[in-house]
Amino acid sequence: MELWNSLELWQIVAIKVIFALMMIGAVMTMAGYSVLAERKVSAWMQGRVGPNRTVLPFIEHIPVIGPFLKGLGVFQPLADGLKFLFKEEIVPGHVNKLYYYLAPIIALVPALTTMTVLPFGEFFTEAGDRIPLMLADLEVGILFILAVSSLGVYGIVLAGWSSNSKYPFLGGIRSSAQMISYELAMGLSLLPIFLWVSKPGIDVAALSLVEIVHSQDQSMWLVFVQPLSALIFMIALFAETNRLPFDMPESETDLVGGFHTEYGSFKFGIFFVAEYAHIVIGSAIFTTIFLGGWHFLPWMADPWPSTWIGSILGVVWFLTKTIGLIFFFIWVRWTLPRFRYDQVMSLGWTKLLPLALANLLFYVILVTWLDQPAS
Amino acid sequence: MAKTVVLERKPLSLSERTYLPQIATGLKTTFSNMFKKNVTLQYPEERPVIPQNYRGVPTLVKDPNNREKCVSCQLCEFVCPPKAIRITPGEVPEGEADREHVEKAPKEFEINMLRCIYCGYCQEVCPEEAIFLQQEYSSSGYSREEMINNKEKLYELGGVVPDKHYKWDKKKKAEQEGNSH
Repeated sequence: MELWNSLELWQIVAIKVIFALMMIGAVMTMAGYSVLAERKVSAWMQGRVGPNRTVLPFIEHIPVIGPFLKGLGVFQPLADGLKFLFKEEIVPGHVNKLYYYLAPIIALVPALTTMTVLPFGEFFTEAGDRIPLMLADLEVGILFILAVSSLGVYGIVLAGWSSNSKYPFLGGIRSSAQMISYELAMGLSLLPIFLWVSKPGIDVAALSLVEIVHSQDQSMWLVFVQPLSALIFMIALFAETNRLPFDMPESETDLVGGFHTEYGSFKFGIFFVAEYAHIVIGSAIFTTIFLGGWHFLPWMADPWPSTWIGSILGVVWFLTKTIGLIFFFIWVRWTLPRFRYDQVMSLGWTKLLPLALANLLFYVILVTWLDQPAS
Repeated sequence: MAKTVVLERKPLSLSERTYLPQIATGLKTTFSNMFKKNVTLQYPEERPVIPQNYRGVPTLVKDPNNREKCVSCQLCEFVCPPKAIRITPGEVPEGEADREHVEKAPKEFEINMLRCIYCGYCQEVCPEEAIFLQQEYSSSGYSREEMINNKEKLYELGGVVPDKHYKWDKKKKAEQEGNSH
């Protein structure tokens, strides 16, 4: 922290802005390439090839590498983005213009806001301190994430209502109902984590994500300590990001695309990117809380040195886990059929919520018993 | 009469009611699918294998002596269900001593590929085995006029096919032996 104290205010602001832009760049790039991954993985799972035609003119002529990148479709996100930019901007006459334009922005902003409190690595100072790499080290990081990420649903609800047409409307309604039924289970599934992580005798229980990651250093990952919490959180995450077993608001087979039926061109593109940004951030949060963040493997010390090389390797390892989880999201999407709307509701209210409560009770009792001072 | 058997459904076990083992099985299936050979045909570069008796674009063929086989009898024109064929009958061009003034030949032969339904009746009806639906399957053009195959185009598409009969050779032979007709 001495580092910060030696700087002027404007310098701090400038540095933070640069960091924020870098992180937006990273997350958006990952979101763009998640789209590509989705297309490729779905193609492979269905015995197809996937996008393999797009290529930049000069890269095509590089031997071996050029055709390889072309086959992987590495340049496809560029083409997709450009396509969205150059499409005709159609606004149906029956929409509420203000909210219609506002909705995609509201959908994207929470996804990009939650990343501010997301730790993705650590920096080792010469004094031996470990400074987490993140934009803002909030003490209540997880609360912030839970609060902001559920705002993303407003974008979808607004899109549904402002479109003033039946399918988006149904999508919006489903989205809000789904959000209510999963948000509770999601929050409750995280409480046992903090019970477990907080040490006895500390006045303020740590809600910081950095503390959670540190607690998993050279010990068990929390996914093994609390598998049920991890499972409930994972299911809720799928519902939160509108991914396939729970993509109620979208359900393109029965709602013609749901909330974004009336959207086209770049506004649809923003919804699209927002969905994938949610997935990227969701995967990163799951990695942070349950998969040990940037720490190597459970019960093992990080094999990399405590220098800048170590911090880079840590970040790379964190990204590897996140990408693995993104793959899992895609994998599940192309495996499971969609739940029926009422099944989603009953799963959320009658299964997950009691389960999360029971899980919480169990860990309350367990932690109380464990933390008893030996008399 | 088939006897209907009502299968008894066993009640789901606890693990089945959680869906999770089934989901795991499904995930395994999709994952193993990722490493199987894909079935996509990269079309313009790779072409499908066309079976022998494929009914592609109708074409006119010549016999191995490079002689026109069509005698413009117009049977194909009459049989063609969508009326895609139009024949203008004409004479065999000057200089073919055998055929001149013996048989007719098409002056113009047009098949409108926008009308053709690839039924193969023309091939079936042709007494001279002059018209064949061959393996060409992709015809495209920028205008309606371009989609009408004229005689020149039809012969270009058709080429030469082996002839079982060699009608004109037989005729010549018979003539030399003195028993024509």
